[in-house]
Amino acid sequence: MDGWLGFVIMSVLGVGFAAVMIGLSVLLGPRNPTPEKLAPYECGMPAVGDARERHSVRFYLVAMIFLLFDIEIAFLYPWAVALRDLGWAGFVQVLTFFCVLTVGFVYVWRKGVLDWGPVARRAGDPVQKKAA
Amino acid sequence: MFNSSFDAVIPIVCVVLAALAAMAAEAFRGKGERMPIGLLGLVGLVAAGVSSALLWNRNAASFGVLVADNFGLFVTGILVVVGILTILFSSEVLERDGIPAGEYYALMLFSLSGMIMMAMANDLLVVFVALEIMSIAVYVLTGIRRDKPEATEASFKYFLLGAFSSAFFLYGIAFTFGVAGTTRLDAIGELMAAQAMVDNPLVLLAMGLLMVGFCFKISVVPFHMWTPDAYQGAPAIVTGFMSTGVKAAAFAAFARVFLSAFEPYIADWAPAIWVLAALTMIVGTVVGVAQVNLKRMLAYSSIAHGGYLLVGLLSANEVGKAAILFYLAAYAVTNLAAFGVIAVLGARDQGNDELRDYAGLWHSRPALATLMTVSLLSLGGLPPTAGFIGKWYIFAAAVSAGYYGLAIIGVLTSVISVFFYLRVVVMMFMKDREVAGMPAQVSGLGMAALAVAIAAIFYLGILPTQVLDLAARSISTIF
Amino acid sequence: MPETLQFYLFAALAIGASALVIGQRNPMHSVLLLIASFGALAGLYVLLDAPFVAVAQIIIYAGAIMVLFLFVVMLLNAPQEDAHKDPFALVRQSGLTRVGAVLALLLLLQLSWALLSVSGLAGPVDAGGDAAVVSSVPELGRVLFTDYMFAFEATSVLILVAMVGAVVLAGRRENEE
Repeated sequence: MDGWLGFVIMSVLGVGFAAVMIGLSVLLGPRNPTPEKLAPYECGMPAVGDARERHSVRFYLVAMIFLLFDIEIAFLYPWAVALRDLGWAGFVQVLTFFCVLTVGFVYVWRKGVLDWGPVARRAGDPVQKKAA
Repeated sequence: MFNSSFDAVIPIVCVVLAALAAMAAEAFRGKGERMPIGLLGLVGLVAAGVSSALLWNRNAASFGVLVADNFGLFVTGILVVVGILTILFSSEVLERDGIPAGEYYALMLFSLSGMIMMAMANDLLVVFVALEIMSIAVYVLTGIRRDKPEATEASFKYFLLGAFSSAFFLYGIAFTFGVAGTTRLDAIGELMAAQAMVDNPLVLLAMGLLMVGFCFKISVVPFHMWTPDAYQGAPAIVTGFMSTGVKAAAFAAFARVFLSAFEPYIADWAPAIWVLAALTMIVGTVVGVAQVNLKRMLAYSSIAHGGYLLVGLLSANEVGKAAILFYLAAYAVTNLAAFGVIAVLGARDQGNDELRDYAGLWHSRPALATLMTVSLLSLGGLPPTAGFIGKWYIFAAAVSAGYYGLAIIGVLTSVISVFFYLRVVVMMFMKDREVAGMPAQVSGLGMAALAVAIAAIFYLGILPTQVLDLAARSISTIF
Repeated sequence: MPETLQFYLFAALAIGASALVIGQRNPMHSVLLLIASFGALAGLYVLLDAPFVAVAQIIIYAGAIMVLFLFVVMLLNAPQEDAHKDPFALVRQSGLTRVGAVLALLLLLQLSWALLSVSGLAGPVDAGGDAAVVSSVPELGRVLFTDYMFAFEATSVLILVAMVGAVVLAGRRENEE
């Protein structure tokens, strides 16, 4: 656990600060609840419907893609730390790794998974735009 | 012993490049545009086949974790044939069923690259990564028809149980590493040989967990629960692919791990395999008799065939060595031919895979009925087909290794299995009934693939010596 | 704080949080508790001198995978479970469920037996040197990019397969528009 002392102190300070702030406001703050104050905040508009609405499956897709690229980034960390030892051989490996994943990135992009408009663009649309 | 170089990677790289090309083609495909993506796959697979033929006898090893010994190359050859035949059948099926071609071919090729990696892997970690590449692609392929609820159900069941079994496999790797301090199979083998006399429970645990992982993939009873549902729910062409490719690759890795790394502990694992093999042959055959759906019936038949393969693994003596690889090859072409016929006979909205759909097929489709008959007879092990020679050598090996019980069970279950294969044949020839909804015509490519598969069945059945020799020399490279 | 105490603290946290995960009626609470469990696991990895695994546990599991879980819970919009439902329904089920439970118990016993009876044998091999040095991040990078370099490259293919799989199963298709 050597070397983790700073981490522990920081987490204790962080959690402690938040706890003290919330605790103090609970202890010292005035309490005068009205129905308006207890309603969920919706930019000043009356809330409509339930917050538990069904989310689009596109959120899932984006989260999945995020997870995959997150794993990719996690692999970079040990490489970056051992950069000098690994030299060019390590660089070439990471480059290969990236090239393969770039194909995936291009694929996902062109498939319109990352498009977020009301009507997502589809692969092949740019061609049609030129024609129009 | 091995020549260190990059050569051993070449077959895998060929297939991966073809898969990447398929993905790129799909990405840049215009809306509604058709691309010859299957052709890309064929090119990649032929390149992989040629490169593995060139690597023959060279014992190339790359990075110490991938060995292109003759054993791995023989299995690679089987996998390349499986891939090529599947692509030829697919050209028939994809458009009819509304399956997205780019993704389908990309996943199939990725899966094949994982299978080849598994056949050549000399490191448990690489076996695991390869297993996952292969499996995840196949899970998705199983459920690629989103318009069919049963396909989604099959995919989900296969995925859940498969993930569970992967965990077992990974746990086994962890214990092996704990005992040996390495994941390289050759190093583990040396270490095991050095301490084989010591009764180490951790080694037993590691072997048991690895065995569960492998047995799941080759659907050995009692790890077969997913097989009937997954095989029935998946598109027929995917079922053909996974019942041959996945089984061949997983079995190759199974044989390599247990016959080379854990060989010193054979006295410990042999009884377990004995029981599993007996159970698998009996359950696969007996439950198969009761099926009314052809895909489900063939699922149980493929379970039973897994049992025969285990018998070969167990009796890996001079005869048995060659028998394992020969049986894998014979089973692969035969099963693929059977599922190929089912695939081309299906229609978009109805699978046409119930037994009664095949009544009178001889009168409407004589060619397809004949092809189906040949492959069913080969699965049943009747001469002069590949299946007969395969079973003959497996049982001969079992007898000469002293496993009389298993040989008797194997022969008896084979006889019972002939009953349910012949039932289909009788249906096709005796009954006279036209089934509505059968596709009007089968294209040239599909028929060509079927003809090749049938030719292979007869070739292996009538002139087996050449392939047997090749198989015998291949497997001698691992133990 | 002695190391044993820290171990029991994190282990109790991990087990307690995991037990609470399956006991919640609101799936959202389960997800949040699972994050707590992952955090405690990260603490255990730190105690094992495996800082990289600990950080990866936080970044990938507690970060990315839990986001995925949250989105799936929101996608399914699973309602709160009925409060009056028998909490031990699973245990009281008959037939195959019980067989499964017995088998799971057997596996647990077997694992404990194997782990407890290894003393005096070859046991875990000494990797040569101080665990803190061997498992340091630079050393990990060195091993990953030399001994395991093929597995590393193969992982890129694995990630790609998962990507295509996600798009095939959840993405939009041409013929469905």
